[in-house]
Amino acid sequence: MSSLAAQNSAREAAPAAGAAPGTTQGPPPRRRVAFVPTLVLLLGAVYCLLPVAWVVMAATKSGKELFSTLTLLPGTGFADNLADLTAYRDGIYWQWMGNSALYAGLGALLSTAVSAVSGYALAVYRFRGRETVFNILLAGVLMPPVILAIPQYLLLAKADLTDSYASVLLPLVLSPYGVYLGRIYATAAVPADVVEAGRMDGAGEWRIFARIGLPMMVPGLVTIFLFQFVAIWNNFLLPYIMLSDDEKFPMTLGLFTLLAQGNSQPALYTLVITGSLLAIVPLIALFLVIQRFWSLDLLSGAVKS
Amino acid sequence: MSGTTMNTGKAAHGSGRAPRARSRTRATGGSVRRAPYAFLFPAVVLFLLFFVLPIGYAVYLSLRKVEVKGLGLGSGARSEVWTGLSNYTAALSDSELVNGALRVLGYGAIVVPVMLGSALLFALMLDTERVRLTSFTRLAIFLPYAIPGVIAALLWGFLYLPSVSPFYFLLDKAGLPQPDLLDGGPLFIALSNIAIWGGTGFNMIVIYTSLRSIPVEVYEAAKLDGCSPLQIALRIKIPMVAPSLVLTFFFSIIATLQVFAEPTTLRPLTNSVSTTWSPLMKVYQDAFGNNDIYSAAAQAVIIAVATLVLSFGFLRVANARSKQEEAR
Repeated sequence: MSSLAAQNSAREAAPAAGAAPGTTQGPPPRRRVAFVPTLVLLLGAVYCLLPVAWVVMAATKSGKELFSTLTLLPGTGFADNLADLTAYRDGIYWQWMGNSALYAGLGALLSTAVSAVSGYALAVYRFRGRETVFNILLAGVLMPPVILAIPQYLLLAKADLTDSYASVLLPLVLSPYGVYLGRIYATAAVPADVVEAGRMDGAGEWRIFARIGLPMMVPGLVTIFLFQFVAIWNNFLLPYIMLSDDEKFPMTLGLFTLLAQGNSQPALYTLVITGSLLAIVPLIALFLVIQRFWSLDLLSGAVKS
Repeated sequence: MSGTTMNTGKAAHGSGRAPRARSRTRATGGSVRRAPYAFLFPAVVLFLLFFVLPIGYAVYLSLRKVEVKGLGLGSGARSEVWTGLSNYTAALSDSELVNGALRVLGYGAIVVPVMLGSALLFALMLDTERVRLTSFTRLAIFLPYAIPGVIAALLWGFLYLPSVSPFYFLLDKAGLPQPDLLDGGPLFIALSNIAIWGGTGFNMIVIYTSLRSIPVEVYEAAKLDGCSPLQIALRIKIPMVAPSLVLTFFFSIIATLQVFAEPTTLRPLTNSVSTTWSPLMKVYQDAFGNNDIYSAAAQAVIIAVATLVLSFGFLRVANARSKQEEAR
């Protein structure tokens, strides 16, 4: 694998690169490019882009071309594949896409709201049980989804809520990691004296949060929203357990069932491949657009001081 | 930041009126005291409903079983009764669950070190001086994070599949032998590769973020002392990002032991992935395939406990080691 190769080459080459400035005592030439690190990163990038490049090319192949030509070269069937995919079961693919957008969009929005208000409360107020509440919520991160998902299914079945949009949305609204990030961002972004000033001006606690605290937390909240959006968009286990009606399936589950059927009809492979390509476009586009005014580093809870 | 200067300005202004502020706070003290509880109310309710209750229910179910009287026909012939720990002893002596656990441990032994090793390597390379194209490579390596595990498994699955893979096409044209990646030992590599591909970028960002938070002065001193970039990386950077390495390890262990979507997605492409390949798949199979929610619940509890023991065990070892190092 290329990542392994990359590691080896770096290990051999790095001392050599390091020796150069040490032997020549003068100031090292400023403009020189660090060749080895750049190469290692490029190899990593190629490895990460390879399946994406493949799916872009494979989606342009007609069914016959897919099995007979090198799939890293463009084919001629993209328009047909797209039409076939749209025609498949009266456009159920676009229904899945819409469902994914609904689950991820609404779910992330609700989740961000809960994370914001909880994180703000944990950061701004000192109250009894604060650390206990925080630690217990955080422990939720460690709970394996399966120990949650199956009893969640059984409990929701008792409330007659399985196989519904709510059954996929509700269990994901509370994100322990979101609350954790919310607290970090609120601590960094909302100074205590600003809250105090709000109180002096006679504003209520909710008003201070909504009018003063919330706007200050926006960059952090965008991060929580993105994190949750990706988490829900990528989720498979929960909808797999909760849903049986394929009209309610998200993209991931829909493509999986399509592939499972493709096992008996390889003609469906072209649909799966085209569908996969279209499914990854929205998130890639989202990250490309958003990285202009938002930093990836925020995702790991980094806060500029 | 401009925000900070504004705030200090406000603070100074506020302290000038401190006596009035105090009386004001006292007047609204009740609402201030109640506010955090009100703000946390939604999170706590959701936590009780979707975390505490299901966990409690799973534990309850794991201690129950269905008792069948007679032929099991008619109403009242099947009743749920307490069964103590028998579901647990049955699960622990179930060879399929044990084999699944061993498979996942083997898989994790490949995924976690390679993924985090590459993530650390890429983060260090990004943090090197005079390195080029960083914004492109950083985004490209991070990109798989945005791709669902199911679709990642689909894409790689096709790349492993001889009839459509470009690699097999080239191997075929070159007349070279074509290994079967979807069976036996290579299957582990094939599955691990999907997880490594999907997880390296996110971990790289976490490590890179903590690398960049190291003050530049630390390097300047080392450079004046004649340290090479490699020495700086090994002696300064890696020890200083050790806490974030521990954290990424911790979460990677948890995620790896939960593997479900990727092997499930590969199933339609190969007969080598059974319905019980990973412990989680076995739980799913027992709960919904065999309709035995009681033993599924017991297995789920065992997996959860094993995950917590392994991940916290790792955390303890890591902390003990770092304390030792401090003492030295």
